[in-house]
Amino acid sequence: MALFILRRIAIMLFTSLCLTFVVFFLTNLYPNLEKMAKTQGNFRMNDEAVLSFLENRGYLLPLPVKYGEWLGVYPGYVIEGSDGEIRGRCFKSDQIPSEAPRYCGILQGYWGYSTRFKSDVWGIVTTRLGLTGILMFWVMALMVPSALIIGILAGMREGSRTDRSLSTFSIVTTATPEYVSGVILIAVFASSAFGLKWFKGTATAAMDNPNLENFFLPVVTIAIYGMGYIARMTRASMAEVMTAQYIRTARLKGVSFPNIVLKHALRNALIAPFTVIMLQFPWLLNGVVIVETLFNYKGFGWALVQAAGNNDIELLLGVSVVSVFVVLVTQLISDIGYVYLNPRISVT
Amino acid sequence: MDLLTWSDIIIQIVLRLGPVWVALVILFLVSFRFKRSLGLYGKLFDSTIGMIGFAIVMFWVFAGFFAGALDWITTHDPLAQFSGMKNKVPGTPLRGAEDGDFSHFLLGGDHLARDVFSRMIAGSTIVIIIAPMATLFAFMVGITLGVPAGYYGGRLDTTISFIANLILAFPVILLFYLLVTPEIRLTGLPQYMAVVLFLFPLIFFTVLVNSRFHIVPTKRNALLGIGLAVLGILYISLINEAGSKISFLSSIDLFDVDAGLLTVFVSVVFVNAPTVFRIVRGLTMDIKTRDYVAAAQTRGEGAWYIMLWEILPNARGPLIVDFCLRIGYTTILLGTLGFFGLGLAPEDPNWGATINDGRKLLSIYPHPALVPSIALLSLVLGLNLLADGLREESLKD
Repeated sequence: MALFILRRIAIMLFTSLCLTFVVFFLTNLYPNLEKMAKTQGNFRMNDEAVLSFLENRGYLLPLPVKYGEWLGVYPGYVIEGSDGEIRGRCFKSDQIPSEAPRYCGILQGYWGYSTRFKSDVWGIVTTRLGLTGILMFWVMALMVPSALIIGILAGMREGSRTDRSLSTFSIVTTATPEYVSGVILIAVFASSAFGLKWFKGTATAAMDNPNLENFFLPVVTIAIYGMGYIARMTRASMAEVMTAQYIRTARLKGVSFPNIVLKHALRNALIAPFTVIMLQFPWLLNGVVIVETLFNYKGFGWALVQAAGNNDIELLLGVSVVSVFVVLVTQLISDIGYVYLNPRISVT
Repeated sequence: MDLLTWSDIIIQIVLRLGPVWVALVILFLVSFRFKRSLGLYGKLFDSTIGMIGFAIVMFWVFAGFFAGALDWITTHDPLAQFSGMKNKVPGTPLRGAEDGDFSHFLLGGDHLARDVFSRMIAGSTIVIIIAPMATLFAFMVGITLGVPAGYYGGRLDTTISFIANLILAFPVILLFYLLVTPEIRLTGLPQYMAVVLFLFPLIFFTVLVNSRFHIVPTKRNALLGIGLAVLGILYISLINEAGSKISFLSSIDLFDVDAGLLTVFVSVVFVNAPTVFRIVRGLTMDIKTRDYVAAAQTRGEGAWYIMLWEILPNARGPLIVDFCLRIGYTTILLGTLGFFGLGLAPEDPNWGATINDGRKLLSIYPHPALVPSIALLSLVLGLNLLADGLREESLKD
C-alpha cells in the first residue's frame, strides 16, 4: 500500500510539473506578454516600449530559464533596465538589492507576484480558496445527502413509479449546466419580474456574512448539476445490490424491508458512489468558476477568471497548481477509499 | 397594435414553427412505418423516453436547419437592432413596422433591441452544426488512439494514457482561457492543433480500408484513392486560411472557416478527446479477451483488422450511447465558452453568449437570458433522454 501511494505521489508531482510547464508556455507566448505589458503600462505603448518593458522585467529570458526561476532551481534575474533602474525577481520593495536571496521560487515558498492584484500570489490564493471552501462545504452538505437519498429511493424498487420519476429528475439535473440553472433560479427567485424575491441574485455580501438569503442560490446552482450524476450512480449500484442473493435470503428470513435497505444493502451500495463523489471535485471546480462569476462571489474561481483574463502569469500558475493538486489528490483518495471499502479489490 | 397576451404568443410561436412540426410528423410517421427494418434506430421507437428525447433533438435540428439554410422561422434579422425595442417584454408590437415585417417581437427584445426569438432560433443553427461535428472529431481521435492503446497495452498505453490524464487534470475553463483568446490565435497555435487533430479522420479511414482490403489491392487502391482525395481536400480547406500562419495551396482551399469558430472547434475537440480515449480503451481491453478475437488471431488476421473490424463493431453499443451524451456535453461546453465571452464574435447569437449578455439585467428583465437558457436545457435534456432510450434498447438484446 505504501509503495502504491508513493508511486502515485511521484506521478502526481510529474503531472504537476508537466501541467505548470504547459500553462507557463502558453502564458509566455509573445502576444500574451504584449497584452499583459499593455494592461500593466498603458494601452498606447508602441512596440519598442512594450519590448523594453518586457526586457526590463525579465520576461524575455529563455523559457526554461524563466520556468527554472519560478520553480526556484535557477537564480532569479537581476537586470539593469534601459531606464537605469535595477530590477530583480527576488527584490522586495523595502529591501536593499544586495541582501535579496539568489533563488526565489516555489521551492523557497515564494509563489510569485500577481500583476493583476498587485500582491503576493500565495496570499491571494489562500484567501480566495478560503472563500471557495465555504461555498464548497455547503454544496457538499446539500448535494451528497440529497443525491444519495434520491439514488437509494430510486434504486431500492427498480422500475417502480418512484424510480421512474426520480430517475427523470436526475436526468433533468444532469442536463442543466450551472449557467442555465443559475439564470433560471435568479429569474424565478430573485427578479422583480416574477415578484418572488425570496433570495438575493448576488452573493457579494456572502463573502463577509453568508446567510440563507444571499448564499442559497449559488449553493443550489452548483449542487443541482452534480446531484443527478451521483444519484444515477447510487441508483445503479443500489439496484444491483438489491438483486443479490444475500438480499433475497434476508427477505426470505422475514427481515422487514426498511431493515434490508438500511442494514444489508446500504453499505455495499455506497462503494461505487463514493468514488464518484470524490471524482466530482474537479467538476465542482468548473461549477465554482461559473457560479462565482454569475453571482459575483470573489472566490477561487473568480480569481482564475481574473488571472486568465489579464494574463497574470504567476497567479494563473498558482491557481493551476492548486486545482491540479485538488484533482490528483481526490483521485488518489478515491482509489485508496475504494480499496478500503471493497475488500474484494487489492492494489497489489 | 397591442401587446400580445401569453396565449397569443404561444399560438404565434407554434404557427411560426409550422415547418418544424410538419417535418417532425413526417419523420415519425415514416420511422414508425418502417421501424422493424431500421435496426437500433427503429428500436428506439419502442421506448417512450427515447422517443421523447429524439423528438426534442430533432425539433432543434429541424429548427436550426430551416432557419440556417432556408431562412424560415426567424421573424427578424437576429443581428439587427430595432429602435424602441430595447428590453421590451415578450409580445411587444414592433414600432414602425412596415409591410412584410413581422409585427411583433414574440419573446421580447434584448439589451441591444434585438429580437430574442430570432436569436434563439439562429443560435440553434450553430449548435446543431458544431456540437455533433466536434463530437465526431473527438471520437475519431479517441478511437484512433484508444483502440491500439487498449489492444497492445504496455508502454504505448502508458504514454497515451498519461497524456490523456494530463489534459483531464486541467480545469476545463482554465484550458479554454488559455486556448481561446485572440492573442493565442495570433500565434497560430489553434491552427497547428487543427493540423494534428483533423489528421485523425484521414488516418482512421486509411487504416480502416487498408486493414480490410489489403488482400484485394485494386479495390483498396480505388477506395483509398477516392476517399483520401475527398477527405484530403476537406482537410486542406479546413486548416488553410488566407492571411494566417497556415496558408498554402490556396488554389484548392475551398472555403474559409471563421478563425474564432475554428479555435472553438479545436479546443472543444481537444477537451473531449481524452475522455473518449479512456472509454474506448476500457472497452477494447474488455473485448480483446473474447473468443472471437482469439479466433481472429488464430486465423492470422492482422492486428489492425482485429482492432477495427472485430473489436470496434462490438463496442458500438456503449459508444453510440456515449456519442449522444457527449453531444449534449459539447453543447454545454460551447455554452460555457459563450458564457465567458470566448471565441465567437460578441454579437453572435449563440446561446452561451446570449445568456451572458442577458444576465447583467437578469433581476429586472429576465426574458433575454431565460429564453436561450431553456433552449439549451431542452436540447441537452433531449440528448440525455435519447441516450437513455438507446441504452435501454441496446441492452435488451
